[in-house]
Amino acid sequence: MKRISIAIAAGAILAFGATAASAGTLDQVKQRGSLACGSNSGLTGFGIPDDKGQWTGLDVDFCRAVAAAVLNDPTKVKFIPLTAKDRFTALQSGEVDVLARNGTWTLSREADLGLLFAAVNYYDGQGFMVRKKLNVNSALELNGASICVQQGTTTELNLADYFRSNNMKYEGVVFANVDDVIKAYDTSRCDAFTTDVSQLYGERIKLVNPDEHVVLPEVISKEPLGPAVRQGDDQWFDIVKWTHFAMINAEELGVTKANVDDKLKSDDPSIRRLLGVEGDFGKGMGLTKDWAYHIIKAVGNYGEAFERNVGEGSKLKIKRGLNNLWSKGGIQYAAPVR
Amino acid sequence: MADARSVAYVRTQAAPVLPPPALSDGALGWLRANLFSGPFSAIFTVLAVAFIAWVAPGLIRYLFIDAVWTANDGASCRSPEVGACWAYIGQKLPFFMYGSYPREWVWRVNMTLVVGAALIVWLLAPKAPAKQIGAFLFFVVYPLLGFILLSGWEKIGLPKIDTDVWGGVFVSLLVSAVGIVVSLPGGVLLAMGRRSTLPVVRIASVIFIEFVRGVPLITVLFMANFMLPLFLPENWTPDRLLRPLVGVSLFASAYMAEVVRGGLQAMPKGQFEGAMALGLGYGRLMRLVVLPQALTKVIPGIVNTFIGLFKDTTLVAVVGIYDFLRAVDTARLDPVWAGPNISTTGYIFAALFYFIFCFGMSRYSQYMERSLAKDRLR
Repeated sequence: MKRISIAIAAGAILAFGATAASAGTLDQVKQRGSLACGSNSGLTGFGIPDDKGQWTGLDVDFCRAVAAAVLNDPTKVKFIPLTAKDRFTALQSGEVDVLARNGTWTLSREADLGLLFAAVNYYDGQGFMVRKKLNVNSALELNGASICVQQGTTTELNLADYFRSNNMKYEGVVFANVDDVIKAYDTSRCDAFTTDVSQLYGERIKLVNPDEHVVLPEVISKEPLGPAVRQGDDQWFDIVKWTHFAMINAEELGVTKANVDDKLKSDDPSIRRLLGVEGDFGKGMGLTKDWAYHIIKAVGNYGEAFERNVGEGSKLKIKRGLNNLWSKGGIQYAAPVR
Repeated sequence: MADARSVAYVRTQAAPVLPPPALSDGALGWLRANLFSGPFSAIFTVLAVAFIAWVAPGLIRYLFIDAVWTANDGASCRSPEVGACWAYIGQKLPFFMYGSYPREWVWRVNMTLVVGAALIVWLLAPKAPAKQIGAFLFFVVYPLLGFILLSGWEKIGLPKIDTDVWGGVFVSLLVSAVGIVVSLPGGVLLAMGRRSTLPVVRIASVIFIEFVRGVPLITVLFMANFMLPLFLPENWTPDRLLRPLVGVSLFASAYMAEVVRGGLQAMPKGQFEGAMALGLGYGRLMRLVVLPQALTKVIPGIVNTFIGLFKDTTLVAVVGIYDFLRAVDTARLDPVWAGPNISTTGYIFAALFYFIFCFGMSRYSQYMERSLAKDRLR
């Protein structure tokens, strides 16, 4: 009995030691000289290596931004590709410092898994894709349609709920594998294809004629995607959250990667505070006062990162939609730097 | 006694040599012996020919005639009429080979692979000279050289390249080579340990073997990569690639141990007794008499384990290592190329790669079996 209690005590010390060690993520990152970023192992537009093996994508740029803020070097990031199954374990175990892997922010993930979602860098949600020649302009016109959907996903549930609540009928064409779903849609086995909007755009470019398909405007579920950190390290949480806010604020203030050096001479007090010309706002987070300048210099503002990776500058051509600034009809909104 | 020549019914000349029956010689004979030797054989031959006639034209059209050989992006591979998009494989080949390894230092990978291949040929070719030197180079010098080349050594001007950017074919080959090289001696030791009369050694070996065989490889990898850091202090955590390397090696050793033990069990007791009667100690008894015979007996089993291990290395992708298959799996999503034919092309290429390696290993083992078992073959 005594031996067992000693073992438990040893385990508790180890566990406690591990938590204590994770308290100073900023110091660890600085000491290591690189940021460990949990990324998707391959998702078009969000995190995927290019021909040369360089990681690109919206989530990837977010990690580069954090590295720019903390280490003043956007290249000092180690990308650790994670699958949907092991991503949270990797974050909990300290294998990665931040998880920027299009994870959906939900209550159970924060409360049960001990995570904190720092921001929403992409508002996603379930949508529909149809052929242009069907002349459908709204999901509400899909009554009686056959719809391709992946089996056993929340997508399937949302679809059923949406049609029931709108008193419409549909015929589900269900497959276990997403590649089979997209193939069925491409060979006209169904009228519409439903999944999260970002994925709709990603799958669209795999079709024979991508231009003949259109994503309908309705979004029928909430899938806020964003970077997550471990609980228990508020300073690190702040850094990750404010990295996103800095990119949003920069877009709002018209500061871009190209003009950030000129903007250092700006008279606008908001810009001066953001770029660290006035005040020392990085200090509270353990960063230098020009932390936001480094972010914008490295990856640009949020709008630039969006357009480059998933928007008009990319093959995906996703519209800003909800991800536009609050002042332009979207819901991306950042607390001010002051 | 009458003279034979005067008897009418006795031949005076040898009968002319007739050709063998048409059905037992030549092309027809071969067909009959190999393809139509009985009703079942005939049915299966017809079915097989019908199957080939059914599949082959489409396959050849898809793989060669309709295939796209040159293109700058996925646009010309999109149409449903075209076949495999080999242009895409050509474009992505560096990524498949090296993953994210910095392109200006790729020669370091190439050099490691070339030197390794040369040493392997030296060791495996039956008539090559000075194999002891070759073995020393391969097992002692080469790992060091490979480590310095791949990982880098600032002092001689090779910048350090962390394992997080290693990927592609070369990581697949690295994991399997380490697994294969470690598992054979490891398996022999474990097998001898399991048959040992020393209780501690025996029980330790049994526990290790049974425990490792009792869990799936994927669990071992997952434990090594995500649970281990929970228990170790931050600075002790070993390299991300090293952990699956160790995991795969231990795993393969346990399987190898049982294969080798099978060979040891098959040895007649007389071999042990004969060797002991000659005054050989345990070490020399094993090394000179028992192991050479036992290992020869289980070559098919050993190679089977190697081939299984080679294919199992794809599982390291689960713990975030960018092996060849993962590289293929990711590259097909590239927006520049993505299209209906790209996934199929990528997977055909991956299948070819694995087939060539596994078939090569299999053929070499058959050749070794034949040449080592000359005394027992009739």
